[in-house]
Order: sequence, then structure tokens, then C-alpha cells
Amino acid sequence: MSDRIDAAFADGPAFVPYLAAGDPTYEASLEYVEALDRGGADVIELGLPFSEPIAEGPTIQEAVIRALEGGMTPERFFEFVEDLEVEAPLVCMTYYNLIYQFGEERGPRSFVERAAEVGLEGFVVPDLPAEEADPLREACDEFGLDLIFIVAPTTHGERLERMRERVSGYVYVQARLGTTGAREDVSDQTGTSLERLANWDVPKAVGFGIKTGEHAERIVAAGADGIIVGSALVDIVAEGHETGKSTAETAARLEVRARELAEGATRGANPENVPQPEQP
Amino acid sequence: MTELETSDDGTERTPSAHETETEHEGDDRSLEDGSFGRFGGQYVPEALMPALEELEDAYRRYVLENEDGFMDEFRQRLRDFGGRPTPLQRADRLSERYDRDVYLKREDLVHGGAHKLNNALGQVLLAKYMGKERIIAETGAGQHGTATAMAAAHLDMPCEIYMGRTDVNRQRPNVFRMRINGAEVNPVDAGRGTLKEAISETMRDWSQTVEDTHYVIGSVVGPHPFPAMVRDFQSVISEEAREQCLEQIGSLPDSVLACAGGGSNTMGAFHHFTADESVSLYAVEAGGSSLEVDEDAGVAPNSATLSTGTEGVLHGARTHLLQDSHGQIMESHSVSAGLDYAGVGPELAHLVKTGRVTPVTVDDTAALEAFHCLSTEEGIIPALETAHAFGFLHEAAGRDDADEVLGDSVVVTVSGRGDKDLETVIEETEKRGLEAAPDLSVFASEGGLR
Ligand SMILES: Cc1ncc(COP(=O)(O)O)c(C=O)c1O
Repeated sequence: MSDRIDAAFADGPAFVPYLAAGDPTYEASLEYVEALDRGGADVIELGLPFSEPIAEGPTIQEAVIRALEGGMTPERFFEFVEDLEVEAPLVCMTYYNLIYQFGEERGPRSFVERAAEVGLEGFVVPDLPAEEADPLREACDEFGLDLIFIVAPTTHGERLERMRERVSGYVYVQARLGTTGAREDVSDQTGTSLERLANWDVPKAVGFGIKTGEHAERIVAAGADGIIVGSALVDIVAEGHETGKSTAETAARLEVRARELAEGATRGANPENVPQPEQP
Repeated sequence: MTELETSDDGTERTPSAHETETEHEGDDRSLEDGSFGRFGGQYVPEALMPALEELEDAYRRYVLENEDGFMDEFRQRLRDFGGRPTPLQRADRLSERYDRDVYLKREDLVHGGAHKLNNALGQVLLAKYMGKERIIAETGAGQHGTATAMAAAHLDMPCEIYMGRTDVNRQRPNVFRMRINGAEVNPVDAGRGTLKEAISETMRDWSQTVEDTHYVIGSVVGPHPFPAMVRDFQSVISEEAREQCLEQIGSLPDSVLACAGGGSNTMGAFHHFTADESVSLYAVEAGGSSLEVDEDAGVAPNSATLSTGTEGVLHGARTHLLQDSHGQIMESHSVSAGLDYAGVGPELAHLVKTGRVTPVTVDDTAALEAFHCLSTEEGIIPALETAHAFGFLHEAAGRDDADEVLGDSVVVTVSGRGDKDLETVIEETEKRGLEAAPDLSVFASEGGLR
């Protein structure tokens, strides 16, 4: 398993931002990801765009379309990872068909091998439930990469066990039902969701709908080991693109927001600073 | 129509180099976990998995075991509300023209005008038995949306339908029908605005509302248990057709022809014949304007998934897909909205792979010609989807090996009626100047039926 991901969660809550690689262009996207790294990212989830992103809301769907129109492909994605200069370990977030199709032989092994070669540390695959995940799990074991599962508010019982047996790195706790997308408020389901995973031995990172430093603080105070933020950051990229801002300006805004979120998470980890969350 | 087994005649082809896979993804799974050979499965966001488990449980209890008399009620409603059984009609002029007995399985006579009601009624009723409170569905041609809206109104359930913008524009009569039955129609602007985008959008809705909503998927596609369940609801077509053949002809037919979009019409038409080795089964796909593919543009000018696609994972299942070499899904094309989909049902993919079903293609123009032929010669205006099956009949009957391919008696499923397609037909016929067509210029010059 990836020591770098372990280390990222080891001291204090982890800030895990997401961006779609290549959104809106290859060059700009490199700068945006690097800005998140400077802003305090502990792990970065890099989206490899798929044409049918069924788990995403409109914000990330649009980002994926921009990146695909900019010519992003799986092989370009691996080059992108090689070109990045960041401290944080990188996790690839994509859909199973791209993993399955890569290379000469169908199946996940070629993709995982190439991912290991360029230094990726793991995968999040939103359309791959534990039931279908064994081939990818085996390839990850072979190359020492992590496979992160998403636990939904609807996940219970045997299904939870099946995931627990197969997960490594961290577990992605989906804070509420639905697709990705920044919301004005963060769900109060977080505490309940985390309780179900209390005895899992991987860190729990909560995502879906986190937007501000204050959200981050409350989620961590509710017991999360990390926060995952996608749409709120993609919104900044989209706005920069639509209003014709320079790459540098958008990168600067991303860095500021990243710092705010990272600091919020850190504040949340110091219970004396925040009111105790209500117990359900 | 409730058995779980599919026949597998064991004529597995040796996979070509491109088709081989790593060992752990082999063929060792069974229908029990939702696979058909190597196809099928459940590739969906985690939030949907419990709903699929719940649905699987409901499918087993109500559909397979007839708990609470579900299947009895379904059959009764199919009869009283749906107008079943549909006739198996001998088409005299086509029989003469093609020099063999041609029988039509008249699904166009089902309430709503297409086979789609069989499935929609089954699923909406099932949702009701499951205690769901809301129905959502996607639609391409609008036939499935219409059937779902009708079934939902009939069973008093609120209903929302997602439909690609392109399809909204080319199938307006069905949009009106859905609205008039009280359903909301939500146009989807993403991509080319056809069925694939509508399915993605419906899955998004479902992942937010899964606790009280049932997604009535429109074909034998999607994650387990949808492909098996939709096949069971549709298999009433071949159940009736098989009996009718034995009664009316005194024997099984030599061949069955059905058009394939997602594959519900084909699976319905084939299911009770799959064990009858003497019956040839042809899945007729949309050849569109060409079987060539523009990889750079990400566009396939056809929807011939079985004939030209490759294996991959889309919308919850491993199956055959129109995709580029990276695995990005391509935009498909067909003059008929209901065939315009980049994927196909996993069971149909499996039956093709094992050699039981033969996939063939018919292009847009040949489908239009067949549309006019059936309309003028038999007095039946078929859906453009259906017209593809007649396009193949025409093509095959003209071949030297026609007797081998079709045999003496042919059943063609008339999957739906063509009222919804008249605008498209007038426009496309005019554009091509088809000789066989009646003079439609009077409509075209006045802007069609708009
Ligand atoms: C009349 C008709 N036939 C065939 C189809 C193709 O779908 P399937 O292959 O699932 O039967 C459609 C789809 O909308 C249709 O409306």
C-alpha cells in the first residue's frame, strides 16, 4: 500500500482537493493543480475525464467536457502526472471503462502498471462497486497502489463489510446522496455516516458538497480524518475560464481557497476551538 | 416467462487477440450474480447499489416467484389495459413479394403503439409493489417515455421523463403524449442530446432520490437485475409468437427478425426461441449512414453496436459499445431515435458472442425504403426502428442464399407503429428523393407537418 498516502493522513486532518486533469487546457491545468499543492493539499485527486461521468453533477460534468475537448486522453493523463511538480501524493479518479480499455489486453492490469510507473498512488472509481472490484484490487496489490471506495449514506450491512475488506489508503465517505456539487450547507449526516465506519482501520475522508473553510472545520470536528473538495474548486476554474481571467489569476484564487479549506480542517481537529458537534 | 436460464449452445468462438483478457476477468460468473457469460454486472455509483439489491430481491419474489400474485396482476393488466395478446398476422403481399411465408408479430397494436408498454407496465407495477412513490425514466424515441407515462398514469404514480434535446425535437408527438398523460419531460442538453445522455441524466436523478424513486429503464440494458427483468417482461412477445406459430402454421418458424437498439424488442422476440436450434435469430441494427467511424470526432455514423462495437463498461454493465480506442463513448447515429444508442443489452451481446444470434445492419436509406414498402403494401406504418427489420428482410430475400438465411417461414416483429416518425420520414425521404416513396413533396414544401 502507499506509504505516501498513509503519511498524508498521519499528522492532522488531510485536505484532499479534486480537479479534472486538462481543464480547461493541459498547461493551465498543470498550474492549477500545482496551486492546490502550494495551498496545502495533502493528497490530490486528479480526474481522468470520461465521456459519461454518471456520478458527477453539472459542475464536474462541464469540467470533464472542457478537458476532453482540450484533448485529454488516458496517455496524456499519464504524461500530465509526470509533468506535475507537486509534493502531495496523487490519486487518479476515473470511470472503469477507461481503466478496462487501456493497453493491449482488456482488464485493469495495464492501466495500473502505467499508473505505478508515473508515480500515482491509488484510484477512486465511482462506478466500480466492491462487487466488481476484485480484478482492479488484485492489480493494485501487484503494483502497491491503493483502491479507495466511496461509502454512500445508503451503504449498510454486508456491503459495508465487502468494502472494508477491499479498501486501502483511505475511505471516501459520501456526505449525502446524489452527485457531486458544492452546496451552501454541509450535511448533518456526516456524524452518523462516520459512526458506521468507526472501527475501520483506514482514514475516513468526507466529501460531496464541501465548499468553505467553515464547512471543512465542521466536518473534521464531526470526526472526519480528511475532507475532499471538488466542485467548489472546479467552480473557480470554470469562472476563470468563462470570464477570461489569466491562468495566474485563477491559480492564485485556487491557492487562496485551498489554504482556507486546509486551515478550516486543521481548526476542526482542535476540539477546544470549536463547539462540540451535536450527537445524533 | 419466468425462468432464469438462458440457453447457451456452447458454440463459443475462439477469441481474437484483441478480445483476450486477463485471467481473473474470465467467464466463471453465472446469471446468479447478474452476468451473461462475460457480459453484465453492476457498474454503478455506490449510492445505487442498495437500490439494485432491493430491486433484485423484488424481482426474485414478485416476478420469478409470483409473490402476492404479482405476475397474475401483470398479465391481467397486459391483457385489459395493454391489449394483449397481439396477433401474429400473415403478410400476404410481402409473402408473395419475397416468395416465402412472412408473419408479422404486431407489437404496434399494443396500447401506446409499441412493445415498450410490456416492460413499462411491468416495472411501474413492480415499483408499486415495492412501495416506491415516484417513477423516473429516460427515453430515446419517446416510445418508452410514452409507455412509462401511460403506465404511471394508469397506476397513479408521479412520473418524470428525461429525453435528449435532439430526440425532443424529432419525436414531438411523443413529447406531447407524455405531457398529456401527466408526466414531466426534462430535455437533456449534454452531448448530442440523444439516448445515452438521457440515461446518464436519469442515473444522476436516481442517485439522489433512490430511496423513494424507481428508475424504469427502457431496455434490456443497465446494471443487474434490469437486463434479466426487462427481458422477462418483454418475453411475452416470443411466448405468444411461439404458440401462435405452432397453432397457425403448425410448426416453428425458420427465422425471427427483430430490430435492436438497446435490445428489448430482440430479447423479447427471441427469448422463447433460443432453445429451438432450428430457428435462426437476427438482430437488425442501425447501419446509419455508414459503418465507418470517425475516431477523431468521436462519432460513429451508425448505432451498430453488436456488429461493429467492442467490449467495455457503460451505464452499469459490461457489454458491447461504440467507443474509441481510449474507451471514450462515441456519439452514435440512426435516422430512428430508438436505435440511436452506443450500447446494447449484455444478454444480447452474449447471445451474439456464442453464435446463437446473428447481428446484421441496415442503413438509414434502406430502412426508409422498407418503411414505405410496408406502409403502401401492407397498410401498416411501422416505426422507423421496426423498418430496419423489414430492410433486412428485403435485403436477405434478394440474396442467392436467401433460403438458407431466412428459410420458408419468417417472423418479423413490428416493434411499434410509425405515427411518431412521420415528420422525420417526410424530411428524410424528400432529402433522398426515394423512388419507392409516394409523393411527399406537398408536405415537405410546406415545412412538413410542423
Ligand atoms: C418501436 C421501437 N422499436 C424498437 C426500439 C428499440 O429499442 P429496443 O432495442 O430496446 O427494443 C424502440 C426504442 O425506442 C422503439 O420505440
